[in-house]
Amino acid sequence: MADETTPVAAAPAPKPAPAAKPAAPAKPKIEAPAFREFPTIPALQPDAMAGSNPFVAAANHNEAIGFPGTLVEGWEQKAVAKMGELLGTYRSLRVYMDACVHCGACTDKCHYFIGTGDPKNMPVARQELMRSVYRRYFTLPGKLFPKLVGARDLTKDVLDDWFRYYNQCSECRRCSVFCPYGIDTAEVTMAAKEIMHTVGHGHKYVNEIIGKVHKIGNNLGLPGPALEDTLLGLEEDVLEDTGAAVKYPLDMQGAEVLLVTPSADFFAEPHVDSLIGYGKVFHAAGISWTLSSKASEAGNFGMFIGNYDQMKKIAMRVREAALELGVKRIVVGECGHAWRVAYAFWNTLTGVGAGANDPFAIQLQKQLDPNYKQPSHICEVTWDLIQAGRLKFDKEANDHRIVTFHDSCNVARGSRMGDYGGGQFDIPRNIIRAVANKYVDMSEATTREKTFCCGGGGGLLTDELLDLRVKGALPRMEALKQVADQHGVNFMATICAICKAQFTKVLPYYGFKMSMVGGVHQLVSTAIVLNNEQ
Amino acid sequence: MNLVFALLFYAATIILVGGVAYRIYEYARVPAPLKIPTTPAPTTTGGVAFRMFREVVFFESLFKSNLWIWALGWLFHVGLALVLLRHLRYFTEPVNFVIAFIQPFGMYAGFAMAAGLAGLWARRFLVERIRYISTPSDHLMLALLLGIALTGLGMKFLMHTDVVAVKAFFLGLMVFEINPLPAHPGLYLHLAMVALLMIVFPLSKLLHAPGVFFSPTRNQVDNPRETRHLAPWAAQLDSKN
Repeated sequence: MADETTPVAAAPAPKPAPAAKPAAPAKPKIEAPAFREFPTIPALQPDAMAGSNPFVAAANHNEAIGFPGTLVEGWEQKAVAKMGELLGTYRSLRVYMDACVHCGACTDKCHYFIGTGDPKNMPVARQELMRSVYRRYFTLPGKLFPKLVGARDLTKDVLDDWFRYYNQCSECRRCSVFCPYGIDTAEVTMAAKEIMHTVGHGHKYVNEIIGKVHKIGNNLGLPGPALEDTLLGLEEDVLEDTGAAVKYPLDMQGAEVLLVTPSADFFAEPHVDSLIGYGKVFHAAGISWTLSSKASEAGNFGMFIGNYDQMKKIAMRVREAALELGVKRIVVGECGHAWRVAYAFWNTLTGVGAGANDPFAIQLQKQLDPNYKQPSHICEVTWDLIQAGRLKFDKEANDHRIVTFHDSCNVARGSRMGDYGGGQFDIPRNIIRAVANKYVDMSEATTREKTFCCGGGGGLLTDELLDLRVKGALPRMEALKQVADQHGVNFMATICAICKAQFTKVLPYYGFKMSMVGGVHQLVSTAIVLNNEQ
Repeated sequence: MNLVFALLFYAATIILVGGVAYRIYEYARVPAPLKIPTTPAPTTTGGVAFRMFREVVFFESLFKSNLWIWALGWLFHVGLALVLLRHLRYFTEPVNFVIAFIQPFGMYAGFAMAAGLAGLWARRFLVERIRYISTPSDHLMLALLLGIALTGLGMKFLMHTDVVAVKAFFLGLMVFEINPLPAHPGLYLHLAMVALLMIVFPLSKLLHAPGVFFSPTRNQVDNPRETRHLAPWAAQLDSKN
């Protein structure tokens, strides 16, 4: 989940550490774009990001997850055939290829466009990379008058453009909020990635990680014994800090709750502080819980490449773990896209929810407690307990923090918490207000469903794309700067492992301390009052 | 000329109705395998209907997005809707009282429609981002619609044509009779462009009209935990578990 370098909240870092990769050729220094005095729309800078080159996956990474190793013979026909297949299986793609009128409503909505000025990062232009090919092969006007309607053949140049610019979309869906037809560029990006994978042209970072999930069980590739060590270490730390014997169980049969969390929570800073927080919540509420070494990853990078089979396979691990451990309830930790997959897709993919009818899903339905929604978000669990009066807090413990909340894109625009639309905005904020005294919201143009992506989502959280990530963070950094200057905000809480890793890396480029970002359950962890008797 | 226009309108009508029906069939047939409503989304079917209503009637998302595009786009579409309703008088006898009532409004709506179109077209030249994404067909589409609006307004306010004869022509077409059409260059131009618009409708971005109703981000109910959503092709994968 985190990038190779595990960020550590170190002493104030006035100058960012240069992200030098020994093997990479000399590159111009990465710098953050200047804050805009007013949020004006940038002038177009064609090809500003044409030099952004994501690493192509090596043959072993592609083959490990069932794709051809390298760009296959006759890839043009195969890619077009795959596009035809997707047009017949995904209504989103089918409708979105036709419906766009080039009205321009989305053109200034993408954080990568705002940060780079590259016109191909305007959502409509990103879609056109595929739509132009769609017109050429699947519409009459495109076959007869390609120039007139902007249709073109799928050539190697076009494929290269796809690889470059579909790997500059974090699938955050902000554009879809503003489109009069709800056209979701994420759906187009996923389809493009699926097509590229089918012809053997995958992205190294994502494919390597999917391989690790299948082989070892999580994105970071942490084997079971390493997890066990880490969790024992956490128990010791918490005992030392608080005097409470909080347990961080792994593979505990018969636990009530299975917690599935992003693997970054086990090792990375500040992620681990939220994991500590989840454990304290369960401890304080007296709920038995466990982590699973088999499902030691909530993240599901199968979504990023738009591949239904991979997404299903990765999700299936969770169902298997739940059945093996005999849990009553499945809870998901702080991870944005994982929560989207869990909330919106798990029931479809694996039958964790209501209504599935294969034998294992039926067995699971019988096993799970019908009083709880499957799956639940850890914030739903914590907020329910707070409302029930089962948790006590010393809010002053957070008084050194003036907190703001960054809505993570996949939670905000692809999921829900609680019983009403918008609960995903209110519940994390309610928790923060329950555990901290000082809370300020960022500009409403940048929060809730209008939130900006951190700049590192969608499978782009890799060092070779650091320039893009720094630039893509601009709108969020501007909003943060505003509340930091006006209200002294010094802590940005979020509920996504990718957001945490991304911000830790890019905050210094904008003159902020990397320790400014952390989890909602990190705040919970600081303030929660534990029963030391146990 | 009468025969040419009669055949043209028969062909255009077949292409429009058949083409759009085929597209709708396609959109309806292709399943949406996953729940992807842009949240926060309604949690009930009634809520989705209301969301779609706001989207289609008020262009809610566009309003949130960009007031200029919204104002110009809405002006054009409402103008067009009124103008189309007004034109129903050429196809019905007797004329429904609602249609009779809106006649004067429909007349001014023609100006609103033309103004909206002119504004939308101006954006394609003046705004750098919109200029970048505009294709020749985007310009031609606006030219076509503006041409229809201007020739229509021209016949109303500058050089009248014999509307009674025009009505007789279209009423005749509906019972497969070809009546004479007034020999009026403005009318010929107007009708030719309308027929062209009808023909390109199912082949072009005008498909946004039926498309919006099939957009999964807007038409899905946000209830994935309560109800299992499964596309037929995905259910086949399920049976392999």
